[in-house]
This record gives sequence, C-alpha cells and structure tokens, in this order.
Amino acid sequence: MKKDIILAGVGGQGILSIAATIGTAALKAGLFLKQAEVHGMSQRGGDVQSNLRISDREIASDLIPFGKADMIISVEPMESLRYLPMLSPEGWLITNTKPFINIRNYPEMEKLMAEIALQPRHIALDADGIARELGSPKSANMVILGAASPFLDIAYEELQQAITNIFIKKGEEVVKVNLDALQAGREIAMKQNL
Amino acid sequence: MQKLLLLGDEAIAQGGIDAGISGIYAYPGTPSTEITEYVMHSKEAKSLGIKASWGANEKTAMETALGMSYAGKRSMVCMKHVGLNVAADAFVNSAITGANGGLIIVAADDPSMHSSQNEQDSRFFGKFALMPILEPGNQQEAYDMVHFGFELSEKFRIPVLMRITTRLAHSRAGVVRREVRKQNELKLPENLKQFILLPANARRQYKVLLNNQAAFIQSSEESSFNTLIDHSDKKLGIITCGLAYNYLIENFEDHQVPHPVLRIGQYPLPEKMIRQLYDSCDSLLILEDGYPMVEELLRGLLNNGKTIKGRLDGTVPRDGELNPNIVAVALGMADTRGRNIPDIVAGRPPSLCKGCPHIYSYNALNEALSELYKGRVFSDIGCYTLGALEPFDAINSCVDMGASITMAKGAADAGLIPSVAVIGDSTFTHSGITGLLDAVNDKSSITVVILDNGTTGMTGGQDSAAVGKIEDICMAVGVKKEHIRIINPLQKHHEENLAIMKEEIAYDGVSVIIPRRECIQTLTRRMREEKKKLATEKSEA
Repeated sequence: MKKDIILAGVGGQGILSIAATIGTAALKAGLFLKQAEVHGMSQRGGDVQSNLRISDREIASDLIPFGKADMIISVEPMESLRYLPMLSPEGWLITNTKPFINIRNYPEMEKLMAEIALQPRHIALDADGIARELGSPKSANMVILGAASPFLDIAYEELQQAITNIFIKKGEEVVKVNLDALQAGREIAMKQNL
Repeated sequence: MQKLLLLGDEAIAQGGIDAGISGIYAYPGTPSTEITEYVMHSKEAKSLGIKASWGANEKTAMETALGMSYAGKRSMVCMKHVGLNVAADAFVNSAITGANGGLIIVAADDPSMHSSQNEQDSRFFGKFALMPILEPGNQQEAYDMVHFGFELSEKFRIPVLMRITTRLAHSRAGVVRREVRKQNELKLPENLKQFILLPANARRQYKVLLNNQAAFIQSSEESSFNTLIDHSDKKLGIITCGLAYNYLIENFEDHQVPHPVLRIGQYPLPEKMIRQLYDSCDSLLILEDGYPMVEELLRGLLNNGKTIKGRLDGTVPRDGELNPNIVAVALGMADTRGRNIPDIVAGRPPSLCKGCPHIYSYNALNEALSELYKGRVFSDIGCYTLGALEPFDAINSCVDMGASITMAKGAADAGLIPSVAVIGDSTFTHSGITGLLDAVNDKSSITVVILDNGTTGMTGGQDSAAVGKIEDICMAVGVKKEHIRIINPLQKHHEENLAIMKEEIAYDGVSVIIPRRECIQTLTRRMREEKKKLATEKSEA
C-alpha cells in the first residue's frame, strides 16, 4: 500500500488539519508516514501545499516525485490545478469549488471548472456550502476529506476515530459536526463516482 | 522506546533535551524557529530546568551558548543560514577557543529561497572555521546526530556545526527516542586561559585546532553517518550529502541503486572512503543540496582527473533544492512530470493579513512621499517586506537585518534627501540600534519608521526584545525627544498620521516615527487564549 497525496490551499485555510487527520489514522494503522509542510513567508495568504506520503514500506523522499502523486486534495479550486505536474495521469483530483479570491487576476470560474474536468478522475464539490448547510461553516475541510475518503485505502472507521481523537478536547459537539461533514463529503464523492 | 511524529526541527530539539542540554538560544528565522519553540513548549524541558530563550540576535545567542559551554554545560544555538553571518565572529572564533561543555550550532539553510534572500550553504562556514559538520539525511538521523554531536564536541572540546535544510526542517516522520542523558555539572575549563584569544594564546589554541583536523577526518572515516554502499555497476559512483540519498533511492525499485554510493553525513570529508569510491568507478556524480562544495573539492581547479558530474557541469541545476526528479534526470532517466499547470492559474504571492497595522503605515507613508519622486524607502527583513508588492509598491530595498537604517544614511550622505528607513521592532533591536547611532552621530537627514507590532511577526509571533523599550533606546542613542513620534496605524487616524509623517520627513536630522499596534495574528491568538481561560475559570467556578 502506498498513497502519495498533495494537499493544497491558501495560507490560513487549514490544510494541515486534513493532513493531521489522515496522518493520525495512518499511524494507527501501523503505516509509515512522511509529511513535508510549508512554514514561514509563504504562509501569509499565499499558496501553500503539503506533501503527505503514507506507505506500508519505509519511505525515502520527503517530496513526492513529479507525476507520481495518487491524489490532490485541495480546499480551493485554482490551487488544485497548481500541482497538476505532481499528479499521476490516473490520479484523483479532489477539490472544493468555492474560490478564495485575494488577487486581482483570479481566473473565471467556468475556465477553472473546465480544467478540473479535464482530469479523468476528479471530484468537485462546494464544501463551504455543504458545511454551512450542516450548520458548521468551519468544517469545510472535513467535507473535502470525506470526499477523498473512498480513495484513500484507509478504513473509514479509522478516519472517524482520528477525527474523534483530534477534536475531543474541543467537546463532543465539535466531534459530531466534523463527523457529519466527513460523511456528507463521502456521500457526494460516492454519488459523483457512480 | 517511544516513537514520535516529529518535524526535523522538532527531532533536533527533542535530541537536545534527551542529550542533556542545559540551554538553547536562538533568534527566530525560517526554517530554524521550531527547534527552540519546541523546547520552550516542552513540559519535559521545563521540568529538567532547561533554559530556552530568544536572544536579541544570532550573535548574542551564539555567545550565550558559548558562555554556557565555558561553564561546562551542554548548550545549543539555532539560526537560519543568514543568521550565521550575523553570528560569524563568535562562531569562527569559537572553533579556536574550543568548547568545554558540548556545544552544537544548528544552521538551517534554505535552498530555493522559500523564505530567504539567498541560498548560501552553511557547510562552507563550517569548513572555514575548521569545525566538524553534521548533515542529517532524515528526521531520525537529525535526532541521533544531536546525541553524537555532543559526544564529538566533548571528546575533542570543539563546537560542532549541524547543517540542515528547509525540507528536513519542515517535514515530519517517525522518530525513536533514546535514553535521556543527565545534564553536566557546572565545571570550569581545566585551563582557565583556553577562552582568552590574546594573540599568544590564540596562536597556541589555533595549533590545537589544526592538530585536531586529522582526528576529525578519522572520526568521519569511522562514522556511522558516512557509509560506502558497494554495487556492481561501476561505470558511475555516486556521492550523496544529507537528504540527497533519499531522492536517489526514491528512483529505484526497492530502493536498490545499481551503482556504488557514498552517503555523507559527517564532515570533514572522509578522504579514504572518497578515494576508494573514486578508484573503483569510471566517473562520479555528486548530489548535494546547496552549493557544489564536495564537487568543487573533487574537481579541483584543473579538473584533470576522472569525470565529475554535478551542479558545475550542468548535470544538476546550479541553484535550487534537489528533488527526486532532478536526480532522475541527472541519472538519464525520464522526467515523470505530469500535466502542465494551466495558463489560467495565477500567481498567489503572500500578502499582509487583513487588518495588519503595516497596511495603514504604508498607506500614510506612500501618501506622505507622493509629491517626491519614488525610490527613497529602504526597508528591512520582516512581514513589512511585503510592502514591496502590490498594492503598496512602497519600498526599494531589502538586504539584511538592520540594513534599512544604514542604507538610508548612506543614500542621504550621497544627497538623496529625504531618505526613509522602514524597520520592524524586533529587527530594530536585532541590528538597527548601532546604525541609528551612526546616523545620529553624523547628523544624517533620515526618517526611521519603526513599525512596532510588539512581536517577531513573520516567523509566527515570537517575543520581541524591543517591547516597551523603543523610545528609550532612541533617546539614549541621541534622537531628540520631539522627533520621536508615536502614531496609531488605523484608517481613522490616517490624516493625523499623514501630517506627522510629512513633518518628520521634512525635518533636517534624524527623526523616528513609531507606528504602534499589536500584530493581528498575535492579537487573535491572545484573545482566543483569554476566552478559553475565562471559559475554564467559569466552568471551574
């Protein structure tokens, strides 16, 4: 088993909580893990990414080789495209469709969606909208993770357990909304992938 | 033993705690900051009484660590690569004084300049100082090398440089801990003249350092961090330094490289091992992050031996960090790059946070200078360097810590009047005070804007040595009290702030303007923590 994942977004959108959830579940499952993050200057409203590698064998490089990533998980649509050179031709592109616009030359949405649709395997969903409907706008991340969950090769129960472990210190209500968000994202991905 | 998931930086910090350090000193700088922060937040470190603190700059941190070593205890000092330039005087001379208690200097290089103004290679500094260097290849080695580094340091009474790069600093992996070593007792150097670098003593001490070089090389030959892995295809031999080994084996099934590989983690270079590889192979490929240091040594000026491939002959790009693809291409393998980035994807540079005080300072400054031709604002290192970008386009330089004030003085001396310096509070106490003194002594016509957000912002909000002291420092240096003006950088004070800026820029002499408002990031964090504290108190009541 090997999963090489690019997590993408804009500084401050919290892609590291997705990484932490997958990482916790992977460690629990006894897998090896490497995760390269971006700290420092590029964090301030700029593009950020994290290379997350999980495997049942020892992992060599902290960086995923170009064209070898199994999945891009992005919390922002334009950012999902920035890492295409990393993605394998058979890889999954899983992205939020809600744009984060903090630049003047942000591209038109139709053009973005057309580029996303060019990837043979992709899931695109309005994670912010779904999270808002669930009454928990902050859980958009977990909606995206839920949408990626059918393709992760990690038991769904392990992800649920990881979310519980990570959020329990914030109370049971927070655990519940995050689990609901995970489930909502998962259902949409399963439906889109039929 | 327990396995922890740690950043390379955190592995070094945990290594320090477990190897029995008594103190760790630093000035924040990406990608080194998390080392010292980890020790500061560690309950274990606290219970062991380990001193962890931010110095005013890397030089004060380095000297403090050396002082702790003098007193017989183990200490660490951490900085980013350019911080080592600031600490260089103390660093280079510390090799000549030698250590008493173990001393490790960690320099975190930033190839590809993710968060820096250059990609200098700290291994050259180690070589320059004639000091042993350790370069970990993964998080576990980073941890283990701290233990080994202290043994080496105490065995030869020599400070040891540990060189890491951004990729290791900010990547997580599992790390297995070792048993915790006790801290050293207070114990002065046997020779109380060891640290006196008067010429007569320094000559003696320098000879000690020179005489130890053979022993350092011998230690490298025997080191478990330097390994020669033999394989059958001897058309090519490969030398990897630090992380490069991982990028190499990533390209082969089951990580089996067909060529002999010399994996380097400890310097000075193991001459015998290199000779053995060179003699047995037709040509060599050198894979190293940073400058082509090993490659230059092996090629020599005349390059008349076997073919040496690497950054100098274009096999590997001359700049930027390595990755698995660069190594694949260097080996003649196909580049596996996937779909190109679509043209519509726009750049998204970092920007000042919403509500950041610097926004309003720059708005006022830009307007105050609008009637003069552009190109007279010298800036410095920090979040406010983002003033170089749109929509501000407000600054004209960013060179090194503190250079804003002194460059403004130089430009004013040349006749560029008014000249303006823009510097953050923490950068001011790091390296700005002496420059301000120069300007006052020379009665230069400059205006220094000290952006006081009460923290070291860019690296994530560490304590600033300047808090509550800036006006006093400026007055003590000799700036006239009436030309030290404090403003509140908010939109509603814009007209008032603009008037003050115009007045002080027009003044023929040194004036200081201090826009003062807390960093929006630290403010948000503080409010959240206070809210949490209140909630806990409430529930307890």
